Amino acid sequence: MSESPPTTPRTPPRFSATFDPYTIAQIQRAAATGIYDIRGGGAKRALPHFDDLLFLGASMSRYPLEGYREKCGTEVVLGARFASKPITLRTPVTIAGMSFGALSGPAKEALGRGASAVGTSTTTGDGGMTVEERGHSKTLVYQYLPSRYGMNPDDLRKADAIEVVVGQGAKPGGGGMLLGQKISARVAAMRDLPEGIDQRSACRHPDWTGPDDLEIKIGELREITDWEKPIYVKIGASRPYYDTALAAKAGADVVVVDGMQGGTAATQEVFIENVGIPTLACIRQAVQALQDLGLHRKVQLIVSGGIRTGADVAKALALGADAVAIGTAALIALGDNNPALEDEYRKLGTTAGAYDDWQDGRDPAGITTQDPELASRLDPVKAGHRLANYLSVLTLEAQTIARACGKSHVHNLEPEDLVALTIEAAAMARVPLAGTDWIPGHPGTSF
Amino acid sequence: MPVVDLAVSRVRELNKALHQLPRNTNETHWTVQNPAGQHSIAVGIDAPIEVMIEGHVGYYCAGMNKDAQITISGNAGVGLAENMMSGVVRLAGDASQAAGATGRGGLLIIEGNASARCGISMKGIDIVVKGSIGPMSAFMAQTGNLVVLGDAGEALGDSIYEARLFVRGEVKSLGADCEEKPLGSEERAILAGLLDRAGVDVPADSFRLFGSARRLYHFHVDNAY
Repeated sequence: MSESPPTTPRTPPRFSATFDPYTIAQIQRAAATGIYDIRGGGAKRALPHFDDLLFLGASMSRYPLEGYREKCGTEVVLGARFASKPITLRTPVTIAGMSFGALSGPAKEALGRGASAVGTSTTTGDGGMTVEERGHSKTLVYQYLPSRYGMNPDDLRKADAIEVVVGQGAKPGGGGMLLGQKISARVAAMRDLPEGIDQRSACRHPDWTGPDDLEIKIGELREITDWEKPIYVKIGASRPYYDTALAAKAGADVVVVDGMQGGTAATQEVFIENVGIPTLACIRQAVQALQDLGLHRKVQLIVSGGIRTGADVAKALALGADAVAIGTAALIALGDNNPALEDEYRKLGTTAGAYDDWQDGRDPAGITTQDPELASRLDPVKAGHRLANYLSVLTLEAQTIARACGKSHVHNLEPEDLVALTIEAAAMARVPLAGTDWIPGHPGTSF
Repeated sequence: MPVVDLAVSRVRELNKALHQLPRNTNETHWTVQNPAGQHSIAVGIDAPIEVMIEGHVGYYCAGMNKDAQITISGNAGVGLAENMMSGVVRLAGDASQAAGATGRGGLLIIEGNASARCGISMKGIDIVVKGSIGPMSAFMAQTGNLVVLGDAGEALGDSIYEARLFVRGEVKSLGADCEEKPLGSEERAILAGLLDRAGVDVPADSFRLFGSARRLYHFHVDNAY
């Protein structure tokens, strides 16, 4: 009787961790086209983030507040340091700067409607102030960018606050891009540019260099607006301790620190994924800078970049921020990456949840486009309602956590309420690794 | 005719008084004494008035001006008439960096020289410099006209869009995507008009014109610098 020969065991095909399928595809794309990839959104790689932190709820040594009935404040005042008219928001969740040009007119209107419904602010972006956004935003922050597109003193005075943009988290050190597909006649006119060209925004301001000049520039903006408006300074997170200190020294009322998960309308993939630091890594540094100057809570700190839930909001506040700003999450709330549009995403070679070609202007949701037909798909009233709902949930979730920690205001959350799940997060957030009193890099500290 | 002495009053008081003027004010002639290089003098005016500043000014003098005619008898610091919207600003002396930066309208006349980045990101302003201009002038200049009777420094018009640069003297070098263009009848007429408004009596034909080669208008690997 014969036996069949034993089958030789084989190992399955093995992909390289270094040259993984995505990396190989990147190389192949580069070899075929000869130019870098441009996309929208923020860093997609896994990074230490708020998910790596946990709250220590009240127990024997801390007293919680009752979840529904006991008051837990959420209001925040921004800009009281020098401005005669600081702004008061009902929730510490604001809408980050996103330009008309990058976004459609209905999208800007929807942002204004949603934010105003819950008592928070929107922010203009690199393209000037639109009628839609001013008309529907009770509180509007007007960005003062290197490009100065559409900048004029009338809009400056119409604004409720002014944000001097030094950089953004997706591309610290980089300027803006808006590809020709989105430079419609209206966008071109607002920016004093030819229609249809690939537009490059400057990466540095034209008339000041360095913090000493910035102080004088802020002085000019205050003079033009008779010292009424709060003035923010927004920085992309790279050296947040020094940048925050210099912004405060230059006279900012509010410092905005944007981590690398913060979105962009269009930037090189290599820039988004490799320049800047995670949001989690910058908050304590920025807070430390303000504390060292005796300005924490006098100069407000707004943190942005990857805020998704009320837990993220609460964690940012516990680490010392006064408020947060959302951009990508707000677009998702409006309808971006909606699975109901899957067929159209597939025609664009992508899928719902991964769509990031915001630079192409072919957004089937009508948000990141200047195509009139596509833009008309977005109902600004309904989209604004969805955003208001989402902002309300973020606020309620943050309150839920704050009450569980025994806090009567979300600003009473503190680092002592947090622990970290990973050594990296413990080091960045400067809170102990869960179950220990160890804060890496900070010997001698303990809970 | 109001006279404000900045040795006594603060710049903030001056600017606030200027901002409170109605457009039909009869206080149309203002004199500012002892500016002493202070910053942000006469910024954000929105009225058809005349302001005479007697002396040297610091940064951002006449910034975001609308409709006013502002004359400065001395020299000016960084960002003279930055983001000017309309009106006329005339400087008797020399200007520091970024004169007329991002200006969107009006006429800026500099009797002396202007330093680096004159007319940077200009968006419709007309600038006439009777002396020379420094390096990187008209960087990313979008629209408007820059007229230079003297020389231009390095990298003139780098990354320029549709602004016109008229230079009578030498140009040390051109920036990326900036090239010499023929001086046609339309450009000659524009130039002649600006020279006339600036009180300059030289022939338009003695200038060369520079503008965008438009090679950077669309991203392409061959255009990378």
